[in-house]
Amino acid sequence: MTFPFLSVITFTPLAAAVLILLIPAERKTEVRVTALAAGVFAILLSLYVYFGYDQAAGGYQFVERYDWVPQLGISYYVGADGLNLPLVLLTAIVMLTGVLISWGVDDRPREFFAFLFLLATGVFGVFVAVDLFHLFFFYEIAVFPMYLLIAIWGWVKTREYAAMKLTLYLFIGSVIALVGALMMFVAVRNFTGENTFDMLAMSAAEQAGAFDFNLVLNNPFTGTPWLASSFQKVVFPFVFFGFAVLGGIFPFHNWSPDGHVAAPTAVSMFHAGVLMKLGAFAALRVGVMLLPEGARFHAPWIVLLTLVNVVYGSFIAMTQQDLKYMIGFSSVSHMGLVAMAFMTINRIGYTGAGLQMFSHGVMTALFFACVGMIYDRAHTRQMPELGGMARKMPWVAVAFIIGGFTSMGMPSLSGFVAELPIFLGVWRARALDVAGLPGWLASLAQQPWYFPAIAVISAVSIVVTAAYVLRAVQRVFFGELPHEFEHHVGDVTVLDKTALVVLCATMIILGLYPAIMAPLIETAVGPVMALLGVQ
Amino acid sequence: MDALFQNNLLSLILFAPTVGALVVLLLPRDQVALIRWTALVASLAPLGLTIYLWTRFDAGAAGFQLQENYLWFAAINSNYHLGVDGISLPLVLLTTLLTPLALLFSFGVGERVKAFMVLFLLLETGMLGVFLALDLILFFLFWEVGLIPMYFLINIWGSANRQYASFKFFIYTMAGSVGLLLAVQTIGLTLGTFDMLAAFERWPAFSGTIYGIPAATVRTVAFWAFTIAFAIKVPIWPFHTWLPDAHTEAPTGGSMLLAGVLLKLGAYGFLRLVLPLYPAEAKLYAGVLALLGLLAIIMGALASFGQSDFKRLVAYSSINHMGFVVLGIAAAAAVTGSAAPEIRATAIMAANGAVLQMFSHGLSAAGMFLLVGVIYERTHTRNLNDFGGLFPLAPVYGGLLIFTSMASLGLPGLAGFVSEFMVVRGVWPIFTTLTALAMIGLLMTGAYVLKGIGRTLYGPLNARWQGHRLEITAREVVALAPLAALLVINGVWPAWLVTVINETVTRLMA
Repeated sequence: MTFPFLSVITFTPLAAAVLILLIPAERKTEVRVTALAAGVFAILLSLYVYFGYDQAAGGYQFVERYDWVPQLGISYYVGADGLNLPLVLLTAIVMLTGVLISWGVDDRPREFFAFLFLLATGVFGVFVAVDLFHLFFFYEIAVFPMYLLIAIWGWVKTREYAAMKLTLYLFIGSVIALVGALMMFVAVRNFTGENTFDMLAMSAAEQAGAFDFNLVLNNPFTGTPWLASSFQKVVFPFVFFGFAVLGGIFPFHNWSPDGHVAAPTAVSMFHAGVLMKLGAFAALRVGVMLLPEGARFHAPWIVLLTLVNVVYGSFIAMTQQDLKYMIGFSSVSHMGLVAMAFMTINRIGYTGAGLQMFSHGVMTALFFACVGMIYDRAHTRQMPELGGMARKMPWVAVAFIIGGFTSMGMPSLSGFVAELPIFLGVWRARALDVAGLPGWLASLAQQPWYFPAIAVISAVSIVVTAAYVLRAVQRVFFGELPHEFEHHVGDVTVLDKTALVVLCATMIILGLYPAIMAPLIETAVGPVMALLGVQ
Repeated sequence: MDALFQNNLLSLILFAPTVGALVVLLLPRDQVALIRWTALVASLAPLGLTIYLWTRFDAGAAGFQLQENYLWFAAINSNYHLGVDGISLPLVLLTTLLTPLALLFSFGVGERVKAFMVLFLLLETGMLGVFLALDLILFFLFWEVGLIPMYFLINIWGSANRQYASFKFFIYTMAGSVGLLLAVQTIGLTLGTFDMLAAFERWPAFSGTIYGIPAATVRTVAFWAFTIAFAIKVPIWPFHTWLPDAHTEAPTGGSMLLAGVLLKLGAYGFLRLVLPLYPAEAKLYAGVLALLGLLAIIMGALASFGQSDFKRLVAYSSINHMGFVVLGIAAAAAVTGSAAPEIRATAIMAANGAVLQMFSHGLSAAGMFLLVGVIYERTHTRNLNDFGGLFPLAPVYGGLLIFTSMASLGLPGLAGFVSEFMVVRGVWPIFTTLTALAMIGLLMTGAYVLKGIGRTLYGPLNARWQGHRLEITAREVVALAPLAALLVINGVWPAWLVTVINETVTRLMA
C-alpha cells in the first residue's frame, strides 16, 4: 500500500487543530509553533504531490478509496488530477502564509487557529474529492467555521451582519446544489440500478445516456405538462449556481465583499484566496463535468452574467474608499473571469480558468495580507485617511504593488498568463447548442461575433482595474504620511515579510515560467473537453 | 562556452540590466556610492555587448539576425523569440547608450537611491525587449513592463504635480495597449501563432471571415487598434496630452529616457508591426497619418514656442521632432508595393530618414533634457522668465546649451539636419503640399529654440542669480559628451548608421 498523501494533506490541519486545542490556552507560543509546523508540513506534501504527478499518464493519481456508507454507494474517495493539484498547492500556500501573518492574533489564538485549520481541512477535502457525497461533506465543513471566525474575530462594526449573510447565502446555495446532485444520483440509479456517488461512475453513466430523458412537470389541476425539458438542461442551473454563489457569480456576489471586509486578515485570505475557488471548482467538477449538455446549452446566457461580474465588479471597486471593499469587489471582477472561462467550452479557456483560480488565489491572499498589516498599524482602511505608508513599511508597499500589477494583468506576472488564455478562449467560443433557448437569445448567440464582442467589452475592466489599483497605491503608499502615523506605525515583522515574499515569488515565477503549471492543467482539461464533446 | 555566448548574445544584452538590478537590490541601502557605481557598471555591460553585436551584424544579409527561439507558453503557442535587423539595431544601441548616460546624470538623485537605480535598470530591459522581440505576445509583454518603472520614476522622484502626471501617463498608455492586446489576440487566434515572422507572411493575405466578419474589415479595425496604441506612445497629435505633463514632472534621468527612447517605441511599432502586418490599410490611410504628422510638427512647434516653462518647451519640441518621423513613415506606407522605381527610391529615403531621425532625436532630446535638468537643479525653477543673462555665470554650460539647441534645431553639420533633410527630401514627391506646410513647423523650430537660448543665456542678468554657482560639473559634462560627439559624427558622417538601416528599409518597401 502506498503512502496516503492526499488523506494526510487533508487531515493535517484537522490533527493540528485537535493538538492545538489540547494545548493550554495561555501557552500561545506553543499554539503558534504547532500551527506553523502543520503549515510547513502541508506545503511540503503538496509540493511533493504537485511535482510527483505523472503528467504523461494523466487521470486521477494518488487515489485512495474506502467504503463509507456502502448501502448508498458513498465512499471516501480521493484523487489528484491537473485541475485540483494547483488548488491543493494554493490552499497549502495560503494556509502557511495565513499562519505567518496571524502570529500576532492575541485574542484566543488557540481557538482561532483551530477553526482556521478546520476550515483548511474542509477545503482540502473538497478539492481532492472524487465522490460526490464526500465533496458535499467537506464543503459544509469548510463553510461552517467561516461563520464563527467572522462572528468572533471579525471587524466589530459589521461582523454579525456579514457572518450571517455569508452563511445564509452559502448554505442556501449548497442546498440547491444538493437537490440537483440528488436528482443526478436518482437518475443514475434508475439507469444503472446501482447506488453510487462516485463521480467517475456517474460521469460514465451520463456518457452512456443516464440523463437522456425529459423531466416532465404536470400542472396538478389540469394535468397538462408545465415543463418538459431534458434533464440536464433543467438541473444544470441549480447545480452550477448553487456552487457558483461561493465563486461570487453575479447577481449572487453580494455576500462576498461584506464577508471579506468583516473577516480577520487570515480568514479574508482564506476566504477570497481559497474559498471562492471552492465554489468555482465545484461548479466545474459537479456542474460542468457531470452535466456537460446542460453547460453547452446554458453557456450563452450565463456568460452575460459573468460579463457583468467582470466589468461591473471593476467599476464598483473603483468607487470604494475602503481598501478592503475595493479588493473584495476586485475579487468579484476577477472571479467573474473564471466563470466566464467555464462558459467558453473550449480547451484554452479552461486552461486559463485553472491558471486564474491559482493566480487570483495567491494575489488576493497577498492583498488581504497587506491590508491587514496596514490596518493593524494604522487602524483605518479608508484610503483618504492613509498616505505615505511606503516610508513606514516598504516591504508591504512593494508587495502590494506587485499584487496590483498582477491584478491588472501586467505581463510577466501570473495574472497575464492566466487572463490571456481566458480572453483567447472567449474570442474562440461558440454557442454550441441553442435549440430551446429563447429565440432572440438563440439568434444573438449564434452570431459569430457574439463571444468576441464579450471579450472586447470585458477588456474595459483591464483599464478600470489599472485605474483603481494605481489610485489605491498612490493614496495609501505615497503622498504625505499623516501626522498621527508618524510614531506608532512601524515596519512589519520578519514573519510577515516571509509571507509576502512567498506570495510575490509565486506570482512572479508563474508569470515568467507558465510551463510550471499550464501543461499540468491541460492534462485535466483534455478529458473535460471530451465530456463536453468538443474537439 | 563561446557558442553559448554567441547564440544568446541578444538575451545577454536584454537581461544584463535585470541582473544588475538584482545585484543592486542586494546592496545595503546606505552604501549610496557603491549602489551608484554598481548600477553604472551594470548599464555599461549591455553597451559593450551591443558594440560587439554591431560588429557581428551583417548589414548586407536579409532578415533577422542572431535569432533565439525557445518555447515559452505552449498553451497559447507563444515563444521567446528574439532577433535584430537594421531598424532595431540602431535603437538597441541608442537605448544602451542613453541608459548609462542618464544613469550617470542621476548620480545627483539623493533620495531612495537604491530603488531609483533598480527601476532604471529594469526600465532598460523593458525598452530593449520591445526592440528585440519577434513574438507578438513577447512584444506586448515588454511594451507593458516598461511602463511600470517609468510610472514610479515619475511618481516618486518627480516634481510637484507628479501624481497626476504619472497616473495620466500610465492610464493613457494602458488604454491604448488594451486595443493593441485585443488586436494581437485576434491575429494570434486567426493564424494559430504569435510569431511575428509568420504573421508578416500570412496576416496581410488572410482572406475569408473572422468571427463572421470579412477579414478585410477585421484588419481595418485591428489596424486602427495598433495605430492608436502606437500613436499614443509617439505621441501623435491629438493623443499627445500626456507627454508634456509626464516630461515636465519626471526627474531629469527619466526625462532623458522618456524622450530619448520611450517615444521611439511607438514609431518603432509602426515600422516593425503596422507596415508589414497592414500594408494595404497603411497605404490607404497613409494620408491621414501624414496629416497627423504634419499637425504634430506645426502644433508641436507652436505650442513649444508658447511655453514659459523651459522643460515644457523641450517636451513640446519632442512632439515637433517626432512628427517628422511619422511623416517619413507615412510616406513609406503610402507607396508600399508601388512599382515605379523612382517613387520607391524616394520612399526608401524617407523611411531611412525616419529611422535616422529617431536616433538623432534620441541624442538631442536627451541632451536638452539633461541641460534643462542641470539648470533646474541649481536654480529650482524652470520658468524662462526667471532666467536671463546667465552666459557669463556659466560659460561652459552656455556653450553646450547652444550647441545642443543647434543640433535640435537642425543646423547643417549636426545630426538633426541630416535626418530631417532626408525625411523632407523623401516625402516631398509623395506629399508635396504637406511637406511644404511642414516648413512652417521648421521655421517655428528655429523660433522656439532661439527663445529658449535667449531667455536663459542672454539679456540682462537676473540679479537673483548673482553669486550663485551655476556652472555645469565635470560629471554632467561626461554624461553629455558622448551625445555631443555623436551629434557631430552623425551630422558629418551618417553613413555608418544608414548602411545598417538602408538594407532593412529597402526590403520593407519591397
